[in-house]
Amino acid sequence: MMRTHDKASKLIFEYSHPGRGATDQWPQPLPATATSDLPQRLLRTKPPLLPEVGELEAVRHFTRLSQLNFSIDTHFYPLGSCTMKYNPKACNQYAMLPEFLGRHPLAPESHGQGFLACMYELQEMLKEVTGMQGVALSPMAGAHGEFAGVAMIRAYHRSRGDLARNEIIVPEAAHGTNPATATMCGCIVREIPVNDEGDIELDALRAAVGPNTAGIMLTNPSTLGVFERRIEEVARIVHTAGGLLYYDGANLNAILGKVRPGDMGFDVIHMNLHKTFSTPHGGGGPGAGAVGVSARLRPFLPIPIVGLEEGHRYRWLAEKDLPQSIGRLSGFMGNAGVLLRAYIYMRMLGREGMSQVGEYATLNANYLLTRLKQAGFDAAYPSRRASHEFIITLKRQARELDVTTMDFAKRLLDHGIHAPTTYFPLLVPECLLIEPTETESKDVLDAFVAAMTQIQQEAEQEPERVTSAPHTMPVRRLDDVRAAKQLDLRWKPTA
Amino acid sequence: MAFIPHTPADVEAMLATIGVSSIEQLFDEIPASLRVKSLDRVPVGLNEMQIGRLMSERARADGRPLCYIGAGAYEHHIPAAVWALTTRGEFYSAYTPYQAEASQGTLQLIYEYQTMMASLTGMDVSNASLYDGASAVAEGSLMAVRANRKSKSLRILVPRTVNPQYRRVAVATAGNQGLRFEDVAYTPDGGVTPLDALKKYDSEDVTAIVIQQPNFFGQLEDVDALTDWAHAKGTFVIAVVNPTSLALLKPPGEWGSSGKGADIVVGDGQPLGVPLSSGGPYFGFMTTRMEYVRQMPGRIVGRTVDVSGRAGFTLTLQAREQHIRRAKATSNICTNQGLLVTAATIYMSLMGPVGLERTAAASHASANDLVSALTAVKGVRRAFAGPFFHESVLLFDRPVGPILTSLANRGILGGLDLSELYPELGYALLVCATETKTKSDIESYVTALSEAAAAVRAA
Repeated sequence: MMRTHDKASKLIFEYSHPGRGATDQWPQPLPATATSDLPQRLLRTKPPLLPEVGELEAVRHFTRLSQLNFSIDTHFYPLGSCTMKYNPKACNQYAMLPEFLGRHPLAPESHGQGFLACMYELQEMLKEVTGMQGVALSPMAGAHGEFAGVAMIRAYHRSRGDLARNEIIVPEAAHGTNPATATMCGCIVREIPVNDEGDIELDALRAAVGPNTAGIMLTNPSTLGVFERRIEEVARIVHTAGGLLYYDGANLNAILGKVRPGDMGFDVIHMNLHKTFSTPHGGGGPGAGAVGVSARLRPFLPIPIVGLEEGHRYRWLAEKDLPQSIGRLSGFMGNAGVLLRAYIYMRMLGREGMSQVGEYATLNANYLLTRLKQAGFDAAYPSRRASHEFIITLKRQARELDVTTMDFAKRLLDHGIHAPTTYFPLLVPECLLIEPTETESKDVLDAFVAAMTQIQQEAEQEPERVTSAPHTMPVRRLDDVRAAKQLDLRWKPTA
Repeated sequence: MAFIPHTPADVEAMLATIGVSSIEQLFDEIPASLRVKSLDRVPVGLNEMQIGRLMSERARADGRPLCYIGAGAYEHHIPAAVWALTTRGEFYSAYTPYQAEASQGTLQLIYEYQTMMASLTGMDVSNASLYDGASAVAEGSLMAVRANRKSKSLRILVPRTVNPQYRRVAVATAGNQGLRFEDVAYTPDGGVTPLDALKKYDSEDVTAIVIQQPNFFGQLEDVDALTDWAHAKGTFVIAVVNPTSLALLKPPGEWGSSGKGADIVVGDGQPLGVPLSSGGPYFGFMTTRMEYVRQMPGRIVGRTVDVSGRAGFTLTLQAREQHIRRAKATSNICTNQGLLVTAATIYMSLMGPVGLERTAAASHASANDLVSALTAVKGVRRAFAGPFFHESVLLFDRPVGPILTSLANRGILGGLDLSELYPELGYALLVCATETKTKSDIESYVTALSEAAAAVRAA
């Protein structure tokens, strides 16, 4: 698997020649008088360091760069908790119709009824699949939705004069964003343990709740890849203590069409549309973190929201309509283009497709877990069903063979498979969190088992082959310590 | 319909391997009382041909009006190559580049982006982007609180010439952590922030001041004087800038007479190759001086070497971030707008310093033409004197709302009515023109405006 990475590693600036450029893209030059009304003291004197390259050079450079990436379109990506499923091409194509792309965010509603209809119906469909009473689309990522959710919980307690409630409870296996979000909202975080089977310790929860409890943040199925079986009891304990339940929607794919967070007793939920509803991850964004709420939190939803008047006219609901709102979280209405892609995906799947997602994601995960167990790997929670994902622990391999999870992950790259999530959740040592998603075929899952089996054999017979992996990537393992100590964050021309 | 490739034989074999008789059995740990009965409010599925038709109808309903609205989102020419490359599956469907060896394309591209943004803003370092311009102002304010160790007040001055939505987002985002955002008045004749209005803070502890250039009215602030005022009293300067304008205007890194420049620079990257798209996805950018890099939120890419000494790229300074620091992270943010950064990096590579400067100059000239043509119409004048970049506030002799409606009926979006955001201005309209507007486009606006004004008068 040789690649042309020698050329690709050249920076775009290193192709630059003064006077060259993609001139067909530029406006005609204007006489200096065109800008002579701008005061000299406010003007730039030295041009910025941007490349001067022809269009073809740029196209080749960025095409080559793209080829250095793994992606869903090219590789299996069983990244736990990230739901790397196929991003249908139709979602991209129809979200990029020229009228949608050209529409200004402040265009009047008369020139947005088509777009607003899509957003309104998206709100309605998200309510239905989550069992919530209200939905806002503006948060721009999962963590942004989390922020909105916790801010609503705080606003709710404050509106009742319940000012002491500033503690957010999170299980120790929670995503790092959960405690970070609670802090951003001015809350204090209390972590509670889970038991050997992955369920929350109810006694610890009972001891943790009280008059200071603002709420609890949960993922269900949890980040341990198992369903919290006593969720109704958890809800009862928290609600009785006066707290609210927050659902981290990172793992919604597992239960789509099977169970609804609203029915489990959750008061607020964020959805990662870039996971469950298949909008692209784009190399790290954009995402979309729509939030759903129960009736009592509806007045606090972030604005704007799309409303429907007289059954046929859509309009934005803003400050005047929702005076208790936690406010605006984006300059306009959030990641509209991402929301359109999620809308198209949901309309294509329809109600029957929704439950197939949960079913086949779960089938694939349980099949892969069973095959890996049969191949001799250790499940972290062997007595439990997998949800849409599961954890393998390589503790034994690390101890007996001195080959770690990181080594397995890097060696998988040589097999053309993106590494699963490694070392998360933190409480399972040497773990791989594996999420195949419903869009992968049995053949791909079998190939994954074959690759893992082969790596295990290598680890036993020729461990340095694994511990020095990857061998076929554009680069080998990188010096992260040097990266953080000798900071090189931008290119500088050599004099 | 759900893009599931399984054959019935596959399912049967898989169930047999697991040792269950049906998929249903895999859900047996979930209490039966919680199981979904039906999802009636989700319509039945559509195939690709059907959804294509539906979306085309919806798009047609929105039309393609001639748009003179700016106010934080700007229409520019976008080279075809930008999105042809950006939507390649290898960029589009890749994850966050945590596995550096399998993500060198995205990582190198971000490094190139950081180089471009640092230079464009005149600063040392850039992060890999934030959600949008508004949230970047909020994150910049939180960063100023961490980085400005001399200040304890958590007070941030936000002149009224700063985009009002940015202020609202900053309040919603940072208010819970005790930050206070305070207004500063603008000059009624110039539409800019005067030093006089800052006098009352001379002996007060102020953590930072936000300075937007060009400001929300399109006017140019006296950035040097404002920066000097701030730095003389240990107040941070958070610059909010339009990246296109920086091809012409002095970069924030050079603001002030000492040459020290702004401390934190943020803005919305949308003008760099990102379509208007009803408000997103855009991306926020943030640059700063090297001494504050550890206080900067968001992802950062660094260049390093691999075990064989070959250069490569990786996410760095991750000790600041939520997945490591959890409750003590600089922010809960764990996303950057990677795909939009991809588009912007390709856009900046195609425009280069010359193309970007021509775009800025042509936009400025176009806006000048527009303002001259519209103020020649009876009852229309400029609200403020002094230079502007590519948008400007016009005052009318009657309410703007009905005129805009009448224009919209003629296929022209005439600008943003400021009567709700700035009631003190009277009948005010914020208009914008960029290099995309031709002389005949501007004539169409003038003609339609004359007709609309006549129609409104007659009504």
